[in-house]
Amino acid sequence: MNAIIVSALLGVVMMFSGILLKNKSTLKYIAIGGLLLLLIANLFQTYGVYTVVVNSHELLRFQKFGLFFNTIAITATLIYVILSGKDIENAGNYPAEYFALIFFVLCGVSILCGFNSLLMLFLGIEILSIPLYILTGSDKRNLKSNEASLKYFLMGAFTAGIMLMGIALIYGATGSFGISSPSIISTPTGGTSVPRASYLEIAGVLLLFVAMCFKVSAAPFHFWTPDVYDGAPSVFTSFMATIVKVAGFFAFIRLLEGQSAILGPTWKILLSFVIIATLLIGNITAVFQQSVKRMLAYSSIAQAGFMLFALYSASDIAKEGILLYAAAYSLATIGIFAVLIKMKDYTLDGFNGLAKTEPVLALTTTICLLSLSGIPLTAGFFAKYYMLASVVKTGTGLWLVIVAVLFAAVSVYYYFRVIQAMYFKEGVAETTEITAGFKAGLVFVAALIVLIGVLPSVLLNYFYF
Amino acid sequence: MIPLLLILIPLLSGLAVFLLKDSPASKALALASSLATLVLSLMAVFTKGALTYDAAWLPGLGSRFSLLQDGMSKMLSLLTAISFPVVFAATYKNVYPKSSSFYGLMLLTQAGLLGVFLASDALLFYFFWELALIPVYFLCSIWGGEKRIAVTFKFFVYTFIGSLLMLVGLLYVYSQTADHSFAMQSFYHANLPAHAQNGVFALFFIAFAIKMPIFPFHTWQPDAYEQSPTAVTMILSGVMVKMGIFAVIHWLLPMVPQGFQAHSMFVVVLSVIGMIYASLIAIRQDDIKRLIAYSSIAHIGLMCAAIFVQNQIGLEGVMIQMFNHGINVIGLWIVADVIEQQLGTRKFSELGGLAQKAPVLAILFVIMALANVALPLTNAFVGEFLMFNGLFQFNGWIATVAGISIILAAVYTLNMIQKIFFGNTVEKTEHAVEVSGNVQWVLGILVLLVLVMGVYPQPMIDLTKDTVSAIFANR
Repeated sequence: MNAIIVSALLGVVMMFSGILLKNKSTLKYIAIGGLLLLLIANLFQTYGVYTVVVNSHELLRFQKFGLFFNTIAITATLIYVILSGKDIENAGNYPAEYFALIFFVLCGVSILCGFNSLLMLFLGIEILSIPLYILTGSDKRNLKSNEASLKYFLMGAFTAGIMLMGIALIYGATGSFGISSPSIISTPTGGTSVPRASYLEIAGVLLLFVAMCFKVSAAPFHFWTPDVYDGAPSVFTSFMATIVKVAGFFAFIRLLEGQSAILGPTWKILLSFVIIATLLIGNITAVFQQSVKRMLAYSSIAQAGFMLFALYSASDIAKEGILLYAAAYSLATIGIFAVLIKMKDYTLDGFNGLAKTEPVLALTTTICLLSLSGIPLTAGFFAKYYMLASVVKTGTGLWLVIVAVLFAAVSVYYYFRVIQAMYFKEGVAETTEITAGFKAGLVFVAALIVLIGVLPSVLLNYFYF
Repeated sequence: MIPLLLILIPLLSGLAVFLLKDSPASKALALASSLATLVLSLMAVFTKGALTYDAAWLPGLGSRFSLLQDGMSKMLSLLTAISFPVVFAATYKNVYPKSSSFYGLMLLTQAGLLGVFLASDALLFYFFWELALIPVYFLCSIWGGEKRIAVTFKFFVYTFIGSLLMLVGLLYVYSQTADHSFAMQSFYHANLPAHAQNGVFALFFIAFAIKMPIFPFHTWQPDAYEQSPTAVTMILSGVMVKMGIFAVIHWLLPMVPQGFQAHSMFVVVLSVIGMIYASLIAIRQDDIKRLIAYSSIAHIGLMCAAIFVQNQIGLEGVMIQMFNHGINVIGLWIVADVIEQQLGTRKFSELGGLAQKAPVLAILFVIMALANVALPLTNAFVGEFLMFNGLFQFNGWIATVAGISIILAAVYTLNMIQKIFFGNTVEKTEHAVEVSGNVQWVLGILVLLVLVMGVYPQPMIDLTKDTVSAIFANR
């Protein structure tokens, strides 16, 4: 609750500071301060300290898992603003509003971390999405940015409709907005015997599933992703592809924990189809991209395929895994995008020879890329490890794991092409001005990735406090 | 404590070398660090019994930072520890651009290799398995030959696919262990059902077969050896391929004995096909590096076959031969490097009569080459004799076919000696001079090892006896 209130207030504060302050470079520092405040507020709640006690009548229920996830999301945003704050200021004409919108997105994330009712899920998704439509189109004079924004908005509106329809059907069938359906008799062994769900309810859950697949860009509902990620200003793509995306996943898992059993055994077949399609389309298409930005868009689809494993196994180890995945994936992607924004040429050739001109940037990007490809000693390895281990542990779907690791090998191909360009190819990579502080921030991100990669328990121990 | 230091010294000095900008200092530090590792590994060899180290690492996952140095690990860490100073000393005069990164990456490779040989926790083993690969990828791609980027990438993707399949296997065995632990003993006692044993065998064996490499997974190897800088090729063929053999003996064999048994004939036949095939291709080569690469595939094939015949004498042969093959092949690469550095070519057709110009090099090289053919009195004879003996006990026909590779080895090796060192000098070799003192010294030491091990191999058999008998005690 703390985080929802504080983030909403901070959004308003940021809006007004845009009017009151003439010097736009102070905005970044206000935002950083605000994020720290938000982080503290969220941590307070994690350890049982409340600013205000609100009775939400079971619409919201905050558990450790959700709060911890929120902490990760806020921390990732903090790192993002520290690294790319300057680029947010320069993205368009209204820097204060951009920061405000980011806080509103975080408000949506906070709701998604604690929703206990389908209505709150809908609210959270919309609060999260609407600021993003604006951020996507913030480069007003760029046609691609406009196109992306419109496309995103139309797709988003469409998805919202599907989601509402699903919610309505479920409500019609059960008379409740609760996220765990009353029509399931859960047995202590975990096996749910013949559910008494009506066709109405099954149709509702399927519609919700489709809507969430849209949000996390799982195939075959991924088509908006490359265009939107490519068209949006890079700073905001970074935000969308990381924090927003993993928040969507979190909501997805929380939602389907209670609902998936309605679909019965066909559920896993359906999900494996989505997983394989996502991995296939994400990885294979990424191989052919010449623009690093577009490659990262497809890579984010591919990574979504891995995160879907958490849904497949739906166990405690999968929950730990999604936390780790969220942290590992967000850190690495934020790091790469922060460097990408500084490049003058977004194509692969634009990275040629970066190791010579900017060795620190090249090294940290390499660590981020290694993490995304899941090489040991980086956080990405344990993220993938937990996902695969959770599925292996269920005892079924070993073939799915083998398919997934083969696609992980494919992903090495496109991630390493960037490394090859930076280190082994001749060229003069042109960058905009790089400050020492920016480099320090990148080194910090890289060090964090390696630290989690060697000792993931430092992160996960907090979960068990 | 020794096992831990064996990993820490190269790891930390490798990171330290990165920070040095000055090239002579980085070279010297790398050499000093590798010598320190050598001293430590010798200390380990002369310590009785297995050495262990154990510390908490990932309690939630049931994985510990535990190291075990038994006979085979001692032998292989000694090989690793000898190889690096030898490589550094023999290529001391080579000048690399960005030399501090070069030596830093080399030392990180050493840390990874030693970690693979010492880890007694499956997840830790996997970590080091990858850690050994990543620096090599950069070493080959930055300092390699003309086609380095594509070739190294092929090598990397090949081995990475293998590693990932191994990871799936690891996860599966882990989920079947009684105490949900990655410890080696838990893996040994996982007692998988028969059908699972076959699946796990396949997942692991593909990874190890790619690394060794075994026909038909070998296609990355000749290209990678040819394109890598020679210092790296020495490590690749001298030490890194032993990772695969080591892993088969240390992990696969005790973990899935039935799966192992079920596939033994299949793998032996594959290995023997590989031996003959690689030997035949080696005869047709016109490039020193490619010839040694194919000859190496043939030798590794024999070692793999001798493991899968599953008798004591064959396995003893493999133990000795792992060490000896490392020494011999590094010796051959050193000569190849000397010739390439001095004369700018590796083609036999452009060489000849070098013995008149560099007699010392010629003598040392001939001894090395004869060891490659496994002539009596050289170290390789003992190992190959034992391995063929084991193979013969397994199946006389297969042993006979495999025996052809000895003749073929003589053909290509003697052909190489003749074309490079004898005959009349040609345009390129006319102004050749004797090799420098450091190379003579290094080769001299290697030749001494070849002869000593050839005459008196007993210490090596004794050193690895505990590993061999432990494997056969359980059946």
